[in-house]
Amino acid sequence: MSDPAPLSAEDVAKVAVLARLNLTDEEIERFTGQLASILGHAADLAALDLSSLKVTEHPLELTNVLRADEVRPSLDRAEVLSQAPAVADHRFLVPQIVGEEA
Amino acid sequence: MTARGIAQDVRSGDRRATEVVEAALEEIATHDSAVHAFTAVHTEAARAAARAIDAAVADGRDPGPLAGVPIGVKDNICQRGRVTSCASRILEGWQPPYDATVVGSLVAAGAVIVGTTNMDEFAMGSSTENSAYGPTRNPVDHSRVPGGSSGGSAAAVGAGMVPLSLGSDTGGSIRQPAAFCGVVGVKPTYGLVSRYGLVAFASSLDQIGPFARTVEDAALLLEVISGHDPLDSTSLDAPAPSLVDRLDEGVAGLRVGLCRDLIEGASPEITAAVAAAAEVLAAEGAEIVEMTIPELHYGLSAYYLIAPAEASSNLARYDGVRYGLRVDAPNVAEMNAASRTAGFGDEVKRRIMLGTYALSAGYYDAYYAQAQRTRTLIIDAFAAAYRSVDLILGATTPTTAFALGDKVADPMEMYLSDVFTIPTNLAGHPALSVPAGADAAGLPIGVQLLGPALSEERLLRAAAVIEKKRG
Repeated sequence: MSDPAPLSAEDVAKVAVLARLNLTDEEIERFTGQLASILGHAADLAALDLSSLKVTEHPLELTNVLRADEVRPSLDRAEVLSQAPAVADHRFLVPQIVGEEA
Repeated sequence: MTARGIAQDVRSGDRRATEVVEAALEEIATHDSAVHAFTAVHTEAARAAARAIDAAVADGRDPGPLAGVPIGVKDNICQRGRVTSCASRILEGWQPPYDATVVGSLVAAGAVIVGTTNMDEFAMGSSTENSAYGPTRNPVDHSRVPGGSSGGSAAAVGAGMVPLSLGSDTGGSIRQPAAFCGVVGVKPTYGLVSRYGLVAFASSLDQIGPFARTVEDAALLLEVISGHDPLDSTSLDAPAPSLVDRLDEGVAGLRVGLCRDLIEGASPEITAAVAAAAEVLAAEGAEIVEMTIPELHYGLSAYYLIAPAEASSNLARYDGVRYGLRVDAPNVAEMNAASRTAGFGDEVKRRIMLGTYALSAGYYDAYYAQAQRTRTLIIDAFAAAYRSVDLILGATTPTTAFALGDKVADPMEMYLSDVFTIPTNLAGHPALSVPAGADAAGLPIGVQLLGPALSEERLLRAAAVIEKKRG
């Protein structure tokens, strides 16, 4: 397995957009150094030939767990909505999704 | 006083739960301004719960195996109608609309939740310094950290404010603070304790487990919270194990691997404490086998790709829509980003970034898939080891508790304090830390016992032997 390219400030800026985080230039610079150091530690894995091993996603053999299809009480709607930042007509209220010009 | 002793006295009517709880509240009032183990103390609710237990005893009803025992619960375990914030601004003030299954188990067993305990934000950290509430301090030396991420739970028990607490362990977050605070901490087999209502960090690694001052109390609490839960699809379909009854059966005939890879790099005093623990086990009839599992050295690297990858996915739910902090912005995407930026602390942002990167196109195979294959490598190596030994003995941590602020500037330095605890989580196995003396500065030392899946009974039995001779 080949070593991936080293982490750049441009990579960090791109990942911040994917992760929905607004980072300042100072934060991008600091995170680039710190994340590169962590990824550098992981370089020991890149040197291993693990091609014969399967990936482990989970410590257990996962199977779908189904319950009986019967009506049961659910969370109290008012209690759930009481924790939301904004609600209207028993729904979660969010800012406009579709652009005004649309 | 131990949890077992309290529960016996309360059940028999020799002592009232109200007195026990009042005494715990007084201890918290005395010590917690300096230690800051609790993010909230539930004074009136605890008093009411204690009165109900006393009434049950007066009526001839059995309030349960933890009758009247005060307990602290980590701030990432949902308590209905009580702030559960993961020590994060993004969940500031959030009151879950349901109880975690373990909270229901505690209440059903007669335990009294007296407070919510501090932690590193979203359980990401090893010192409890990454808390929106401010740091917890080590009860033995207030200039030092209690460990983390379950530092509040460990410090609350270590300071004698409560005999029991619950924490969660994703890469060592129960065992490392237990070692730093001089208490017993158990990370159970993955799936033994329900994760329903545990706010997710890294779902394939997270487990809830007990802190206690004695091995017996840890066993008692683990019995109460174990067992199948239909609300957690990864819950093992197995009955809760019987742990307390067999604690004094000793270790005669057990083969214990003294694992070089879980000792190398530890301080000389910790290395000596592990050797002394091995001698204690040998004197009680265990066979000590020196061994090496070199694959464990890759655990830290694999963990710091897998856990952030899972975290970046789990923490995508904090979007300012259904709960938690919202920072207003003209459209949804900007609102999401503004809320997350304001709500998450630096360490959480770092791990989200790391995980997002490791999962992104072009890097997935090099980082994430390679880490998952390393996880298989470690699981296979443990399986081979457990064909020749029953348990593994090593250090819990490379050092005793470090000073506040020591490792804040260098995340990698902080991560290295979990180097001995991480492999267990990758394998889904149980492990525990048990006190084994102190260093020259009087700081507690913990030794770690590891075993294969569902070996809790054996682990606790060996820990009881070490506790009797070394604790």
